[in-house]
Amino acid sequence: MDQIILQILNGLDKGSAYALIALGLTLIFGTLGVVNFAHGALFMIGAFCAVTLSRILSLSHVVLDETKKDFLGKPLKVEVPYANDWFGPELGGAIIDWAVPLSILFAIPVMILIGVIMERGLIKHFYKRPHADQILVTFGLAIVLQEIIKYYFGANQIPTPAPEAFVGSFDFGALIGLDSGKVIYPYWRILYFCFAMLLIGLVFAFLQFTTFGMVVRAGMADRETVGMLGINIDRRFTIMFGIAAAVAGLAGVMYTPINPPNYHMGMDFLVISFVVVVVGGMGSLPGAVLAGLLLGILESFASVREVIEFLPGINQVVIYLAAIVILLTRPRGLMGRKGVMED
Amino acid sequence: MVTTNLTRRGVIQTGAAAGAGLALPTILTAGSHAGFTNAPTGSTVTLGFNVPQTGAYADEGADELRAYELAVEHLNGGGDGGMLSTFSSKSLNGTGILGKKVEYVTGDTQTKPDAARASARSMIEKDGAIMITGGSSSGVAVAVQSLCQEAGIIFMAGLTHSNDTTGKDKKANGFRHFFNSYMSGAALAPILASNYGTDRKAYHLTADYNWGYTTEEAVRTSTEAMGWETVAAVKTPLAQTDFSSYIAPVLGSGADVLVLNHYGGNMVNSLTSAVQFGLRAAEANGKNFEIVVPLYSRLMAKGAGKNVAGIFGSTNWHWSLENVAGSKYAGSNAFVQSFGTKYGFPPSQAAHTVYCQTLLYADAVQRAGSFNPCAVAEALEGFEFDGLGNGPTVYRAADHQCIKDVLVVKGKENPENDFDLLEIVDVTPAEAVTYDPAIFGGDLGSCNPGA
Repeated sequence: MDQIILQILNGLDKGSAYALIALGLTLIFGTLGVVNFAHGALFMIGAFCAVTLSRILSLSHVVLDETKKDFLGKPLKVEVPYANDWFGPELGGAIIDWAVPLSILFAIPVMILIGVIMERGLIKHFYKRPHADQILVTFGLAIVLQEIIKYYFGANQIPTPAPEAFVGSFDFGALIGLDSGKVIYPYWRILYFCFAMLLIGLVFAFLQFTTFGMVVRAGMADRETVGMLGINIDRRFTIMFGIAAAVAGLAGVMYTPINPPNYHMGMDFLVISFVVVVVGGMGSLPGAVLAGLLLGILESFASVREVIEFLPGINQVVIYLAAIVILLTRPRGLMGRKGVMED
Repeated sequence: MVTTNLTRRGVIQTGAAAGAGLALPTILTAGSHAGFTNAPTGSTVTLGFNVPQTGAYADEGADELRAYELAVEHLNGGGDGGMLSTFSSKSLNGTGILGKKVEYVTGDTQTKPDAARASARSMIEKDGAIMITGGSSSGVAVAVQSLCQEAGIIFMAGLTHSNDTTGKDKKANGFRHFFNSYMSGAALAPILASNYGTDRKAYHLTADYNWGYTTEEAVRTSTEAMGWETVAAVKTPLAQTDFSSYIAPVLGSGADVLVLNHYGGNMVNSLTSAVQFGLRAAEANGKNFEIVVPLYSRLMAKGAGKNVAGIFGSTNWHWSLENVAGSKYAGSNAFVQSFGTKYGFPPSQAAHTVYCQTLLYADAVQRAGSFNPCAVAEALEGFEFDGLGNGPTVYRAADHQCIKDVLVVKGKENPENDFDLLEIVDVTPAEAVTYDPAIFGGDLGSCNPGA
């Protein structure tokens, strides 16, 4: 029982990252009709927003410690963060410690700006081109963005830990009446899931309950008619691209304490996220979220030792097998609409 | 009307004469090359450095490249000479190799066997490289070693830890300075027993590829021999990034030790997950839960950050070795001084092993008096040396594996900087990690000079 609960928690946590990326992909596809293979790179850039802010907050000056020697036998250079000088060791240390949550504020404008530049500068020129062209250009863009990040930050992973307050695990088993210590789950991963649900809720609320969202939804349904009513739908769609980039970026920011980021992390998620979009139904926002969570849970259960022993290799293919089964039984995906990408 | 005197016999005679004429330079060149591939004819000799310049191990590759450049500089008489002054063999004198200035070309392995073979082939065929060296993966090492065997080129392996490189896939033209999985297991087991006891239950997570298998087997064999029980061994996909679903069941499995047979990004992510899931602070079977990482590298430890604190592993070399373990490991400080002065930070174990390999190759050529791969191989086989930072070492003739002491290290609790992440716990003597070369099978075959 405890293993089942653990794997469900795992699946929800993993699936929430898939859902956030797939949500952004679906937003872009639903509004602009573009298949954006650079979306994984936006997730990765979001993570590097956290790395960048962490480095900015940790900017230091060097103090020589004559009592200790460095690897060359010279006095040890000790780096003292400016934050410690300005705010004192306690507050300065706390600011650095909270770099990842603070990066949310930093990443939102940065990611919206990157999204808008990307859409206006490159992707808008491919609206009327075949999907194959869009895939090629966005995939190329993803590689360029990856290489830029690698050039500045290197190929190795960069540890970007969660604040001390979130280090450690929560005894989930004790909460639901199981033996203590049987189902423990890291605080940060629980926070990640809650954050993802909040973000998804905000995006849905924005589209459902604001005038801007209403116009966007109308544009998604019938772009020409909305345009004929004198509404600049292109500008709104550009903003939606920026919002989708911000969603991917925030998913990346919050992911950094789970796995130290490197330049390649976006590609690791991209393929699965596309499977999620297709399984959920092209253009369906609730479908993307549902499929993300379901496939995350499925992947977690397929990684259990007993399952691997019974079906060797299942952990590597389960998502794709599930996609085949779902598409054979529901060709438009779980919540796909008729007419989307069927021309 | 045009008449010709063409006859069948005339055409054959003329053709034979022309063919012999055209072939003559080749025959003469081959003769002057003493019959081996890429024999250097001018005043320079070209070495091929095949390292990952792109991909996940690009930082490790960059460090290897720095060490290669330093080695070339020292071979040509530049800089402070590095380990040339401590190396027990004194045949190298800073005038290149056999009086020829050393030049180099580089290739990008991308940590993919196919790409590594293609770049090695290009360096051999287009650039005339006389020796190929480098790499940060066993898959790449085995693939390139095999190519060099076919081409008649010496291959001096870089960072490759799988038993197979000098085991079942060994080749007469290939040589490895780096240690291997078996040696890691043999070195770690006594330290694990003395620190964690002999009544332990281990859970292995193993990267699903060649290196993972040999490392799991080596650690299992060594730890089971001292009384540990293996509760489970689970293969994890090489492309896995989130290990939570593999880590979560560990605590409830009855195990009290987790062995992560992972390297690079796999190790960083699995260790981070294990620490997040509270394994470092947990208790199982009435004991503190422990984690072991059989193969450590400083660059990897940097990626895992504070999570490495207190975790045991093994390593081929560490920049603090001579300071910690004494003058037996002479050469370490000379190399650190040389590398650190030039680049501003201490070298990694990958940098150390490739620097040693370059010097060992150059020295072998110098002693053999020839670039002929078979003469070089003969000079390396059974070669006993010292002063390259690992203590007395022998290049075993039977499998071309360097036999030397192995370092057991532990993640530092309070590192003072990015380089101060590992502390040396013990140095296991070479005798304790030596094995019968026959146990891994394979056949060296005979040396191929190529041409």
